[in-house]
Amino acid sequence: MPQRRDTLKNPEQELRIFRVRALLAVLVVIVLTSLLVGRLGYLQIVQHDLYSTRSEKNRVRVEPLPPNRGLIYDRNGTLLAENRPTYNLTLVRERVDDLDDTLALLVDLLELPEEEIEAFQVRSRQRQRPFQPALLMSDLSEEHIARLAVNRHRLPGVEVEAQLLRYYPDAEVMAHALGYVGRINAEELQDLDPGRYAGTHFIGKTGVERFYETELHGEAGLRKVETNARGRVLRELGRTDPVPGANLTLTLDRSLQMLAYELLDGRRGSIVAIVPSTGEILAMVSTPGFDSNQFVTGIDVASYRALQEDIDLPLFNRAIRGHYPPGSTIKPFLALAGLVEGVITPDSTINDPGFYQLPNDSRRYRNWLRWGHGRVDMERSIAVSNNTYYYTLAHDLGIDKLHERMTNFGFGQRVAHDVQGESTGLMPSRDWKRARFNQPWYPGETLSVGIGQGYWQVTPLQLASATAALANRGHWVKPRLAQRIGEEPVPAELPDTLPDIQLANDNWWDRVYSGMEKVLSGSEGTARRTGVGLEYRMGGKSGTAQVFSLGQDQRYNAEELEERLRDHALFMAFAPIEEPKIAVSVIVENAGGGSTHAAHLARAMTDAWLLEDEAPEAEEVKEVLEEDTANVEGN
Amino acid sequence: MPWQLITRSLRRYPVRPPDSGIARRKSIWERIHLDPWLLGMLLVLMGGGLVVLYSASGQRIDTVIAQAMRFGIALSGMVIIAQFSPSTFLRWAPLAYGAGLAMLLAVEVVGDVGMGAKRWLEIPGVIRFQPSEMMKLAVPLMVAAYLNRCQLPPRLRDIVVCAVIIGVPVVLTAIQPDLGTSLLVASAAVIVVLLAGLSWKLIGLVAALGAAGLPVLWMNMHNYQRQRVLTFLDPDSDPLGSGWNIIQSTTAIGSGGLWGKGWLEGTQSQLEFLPERHTDFIIAVLGEEFGLVGMLLLLTLYIMIVGRGLWLASSSQDTFGRLFAGSIILTFFIYVFVNVGMVSGILPVVGVPLPLVSYGGTSSVTLLAGFGILMSIHAHRRLLPR
Repeated sequence: MPQRRDTLKNPEQELRIFRVRALLAVLVVIVLTSLLVGRLGYLQIVQHDLYSTRSEKNRVRVEPLPPNRGLIYDRNGTLLAENRPTYNLTLVRERVDDLDDTLALLVDLLELPEEEIEAFQVRSRQRQRPFQPALLMSDLSEEHIARLAVNRHRLPGVEVEAQLLRYYPDAEVMAHALGYVGRINAEELQDLDPGRYAGTHFIGKTGVERFYETELHGEAGLRKVETNARGRVLRELGRTDPVPGANLTLTLDRSLQMLAYELLDGRRGSIVAIVPSTGEILAMVSTPGFDSNQFVTGIDVASYRALQEDIDLPLFNRAIRGHYPPGSTIKPFLALAGLVEGVITPDSTINDPGFYQLPNDSRRYRNWLRWGHGRVDMERSIAVSNNTYYYTLAHDLGIDKLHERMTNFGFGQRVAHDVQGESTGLMPSRDWKRARFNQPWYPGETLSVGIGQGYWQVTPLQLASATAALANRGHWVKPRLAQRIGEEPVPAELPDTLPDIQLANDNWWDRVYSGMEKVLSGSEGTARRTGVGLEYRMGGKSGTAQVFSLGQDQRYNAEELEERLRDHALFMAFAPIEEPKIAVSVIVENAGGGSTHAAHLARAMTDAWLLEDEAPEAEEVKEVLEEDTANVEGN
Repeated sequence: MPWQLITRSLRRYPVRPPDSGIARRKSIWERIHLDPWLLGMLLVLMGGGLVVLYSASGQRIDTVIAQAMRFGIALSGMVIIAQFSPSTFLRWAPLAYGAGLAMLLAVEVVGDVGMGAKRWLEIPGVIRFQPSEMMKLAVPLMVAAYLNRCQLPPRLRDIVVCAVIIGVPVVLTAIQPDLGTSLLVASAAVIVVLLAGLSWKLIGLVAALGAAGLPVLWMNMHNYQRQRVLTFLDPDSDPLGSGWNIIQSTTAIGSGGLWGKGWLEGTQSQLEFLPERHTDFIIAVLGEEFGLVGMLLLLTLYIMIVGRGLWLASSSQDTFGRLFAGSIILTFFIYVFVNVGMVSGILPVVGVPLPLVSYGGTSSVTLLAGFGILMSIHAHRRLLPR
C-alpha cells in the first residue's frame, strides 16, 4: 500500500535504498575503471611498440648536410673555380615585432625602390613556419651588408646569411673548358641519388664540372635533430659529417689559356694545346666566351636569349663541337698514311703540272699554284702544301685505307678522356656515305678528302690530338684535362687509347717532321713569314677551309655577310721537333688571307710555352697580324 | 536473483543505532569537521598533480606556484565550508539554485563571449566566473534538498519536479553552448535521483527514450560538437586537424609503456606535440612519463578517494546528506572517467579537466567546495533532527 507524501518517512528503508544504490554505484565504478585500465594496458603494453615508433617519428628528423664542392685548380695551382660566400638577406617572421615597419626600414636602408616593399611582403610570407628564415634578397653588396650591420639593433629577426656559391674568376676565358654548375632541374633530379644530393642545390651542367660531378660533389652528411611539434630544431641527436668533394687539378695552364683567349681577340675561333708526351691539355679555348658565373645563380631570360641569339654563338664550344674542314693541315697525316701503307716512301716523287686527273676523266683537280710545283717529294709536298701530290696519294690509297689510317689518328671519333660533350667530327667512308646519302663513293670524292675538303670535318681538339700523336712518333697518349683528382693522379695509360702508329722505318718520322719544319723555316714554306726568328725547331702545317654555306635562319647585313664568307684559317704545329713539348691547333673562322693568321697565333702559343722569359704579348702578335694582312699570299 | 540477495543481506544487518554519545570524546578531526583520510588522499593527489604539472607546463615553476596557490585557496574554502552544518546547505539550497539560475539567464543576456561560447559572467574589475560551474553543486544540492522532503523511493510527481529542477539549468548551460558542463550538471543531479531510489522501470524507460533522442541531439549539435564526435569515431580522418589531439595523446600514453620515459623526459609532452598538455590532456603527460604504473597509481588513488567518499556518504544519518554526498563523490568519479576515457581515446573529446590535477582554478574550487560539504555532512552527524 503506497504511503502518502505527508506520512512518515521511513529512514530505515531510505538508508537501505541508498546502500543498495551505492553498492551498485561501486560496481559501476569498478566496471568503468576496469575499462580504463584495460584501455591503458592496451595502449601502453600491447601497442607500446607502435606508439613508441610514432613518438620517435614525431620528434626525430633527419636533415641533410650538403658537402662543399671540390675546387678546381690549373696545373700550377691557380684557382679556376672556387666556392665564394655570398650573402643573402633573410627574415624570420616570428622574431619581427612589426613586419611592415621592418620591411619599410629595409627598403629605406638598402635604397631600394618603394615597390620592393610589396615584393618583400610576398617573399616574407613564403615560409609557412614563422621561425624559418624567408629569403628577401640574394647576393647583397658589401655596402648593403655594412648598412645592415650598423642598423642591426633596429632589425630583430633580419639576418644576413652566408651561402657558398660557385665562382669562376676567369669566367669568360674558362667557360667552355671548365663548364659551369647550375641549379638542379626537375629532369636531373629524377636521375640523382636522393640521398647523395639531399641538400645540394647545384650540379655540374657542362665541361669539367659535369664530367667530374661525382668527384667534385663529395658525400652528403646528415644530422638527426630533435624537433618540437612546430618543427623547430631543438637539439642535435647525431651527426655524420659530409665528405667534401675532391679538389681537381687540371692540366690546363691558366696563363696559356689566357693568352690563347687574347690571341683570338674576340674573333670566332678556337685554340687547343696539348703536351704530346703526356696528353695533357694545356689550353682549350673557344671564342667568343661568356660569363659562366651568370649561370650559377640562374641567368635571366633576356640575357640568356641574347647569348642564344648572338650570331657569334658564344655558348657554342668550338674547341670540341665545332666541325671544320681540316684543309691542308691534314697533309702530314696523309703522308704518314702513305708511308704506313707503303704507297709512298719519303723519297718517292711526282711531277706536278698544276693539276691532277683521274684516269679516263677529263676533269682537272687543281693545285693551288696554277702552274704547278714541278717535281715534288714528300717533304716538299708538305712544305709547299702541294695538292697534286695528295690527289695522287689519296687516289693510290683509296678511301678505305685512307679512312682506316685517319681513324687511327683519331679523326671521326671522340679522342679525349674527360672532355664532356666532345663531338666525333666526321671521317667519311664508303659505309658512311651509303648510310647517309644512300649513294656509292665516287673516286673524285677521295681526291677532295685527300686535301682535307669534301665531307671531312674535324674538331680543333681532334686536330691538336692528332698533331700530338704525330709529334709523339705515333705513340698515342689519351688527351686529358684532369691531372689529379684529390691526391690521386690520373694514370698515364688510360683505357681505350688508340693503337700506336708504326712506320717501317723510324727515320721516316723525322722526314715528315722535316717537311713540317720547312713549312715555317723553308724558303718555300707556306708559313715562312711566321717562322722568322724562331729560337727552336718547330714543325707545322697550314690549312684553309672554304666556307660553303651559311646557317639557314641567320640574317646578316651585307658587310657581315662578306666577312662570314671568307675562308677559315687553320694551323697545326708542334715544337721543339727534337723533344716536342707542345702540340697546338688553331682555327680562326673567316680570317681570310690564307693561313697566316692562324700560323701566327700558333707560333705565339709555342713561344709562350717554350720561351719562358720572352713570352709574347698578345698585343705584339696583333701588330704582326696587321702588318701581314697587307701582303697576302696563298697557302 | 542477485538483486534480492543484496537487499536481503542488507536487511539482515540493520543500520547501527546512533551513538549514544556518552563514552567517546571527540577527536581533533571531528572537532575541525574534517575527515583525515579523505583530506590526506586529496593532498597526495594534489601534490602528485603539481609534480606532473611542472613537467606538463614545460617546466615552468610559476605555473606550478599559481596552481598551488589556487589549491591553497580552494582548500581554505573547503575547510570553511566543512564548518557549516548540513542544515545550512539544506536551507540555502533554494537560494543558491535560484541565484545560479538567475546568473545563467544573465549570461544569456550580457555574458562574455569566449571561444565562441557565452560562458562567463563578469563584473568588470571585480570578478569573472562561470555560473554553470556553480550549478554543478547548486543543482544536485537543490534536488537533494527537494527529495529530502519526500518519501522515498520518489513517486512520479516528485520525479517530474526533479526533472524540471534539473532540466532548466541544464538547457540554459547547453545553449551557451557548453555541452560538457551541462552534461556534468545533469549527471550530478540525476545521480541524486538515482541514489534516492528511482524505479528501475523508469530508468529503463529514460534510457530507451535517450537512445531514441540521440538523433535529435545530433541534429541540434553545433558543427564543432559533431566534429568532435566524428573525430572520436575515426581520429585518423583528420590527423592534423581535430584528430590531432587524440592521436597525439594516445601516442603519448602508448609510448610511455609500462614504466614511462621518466619525469620531464616525455618527448610528446616536452616537445609540444601534445595539445592542452597542462589542462585537459595532462594525464597523457603522466602516462608518457610514468607509464602504466603511474597511471594505475593515479587511478588507485582516485578509486580510494571515491571509496572513502561513498563510505562517508553512506554513514551519513539523513537522506539529504547521503544523497548529496553520494552525488558529489560519484560526479567526481565521472570527471575522472570522462577525462581519462577522452584522453585515452575511448570517449569523444569533451572539455572535462582531470580533477585536482589539470591546471585551472575554477574546477578545483568547485571540487573542493563539494568535498567540504561532504566532510561537513560526515562530521555533523547527529546534528540534524531525525
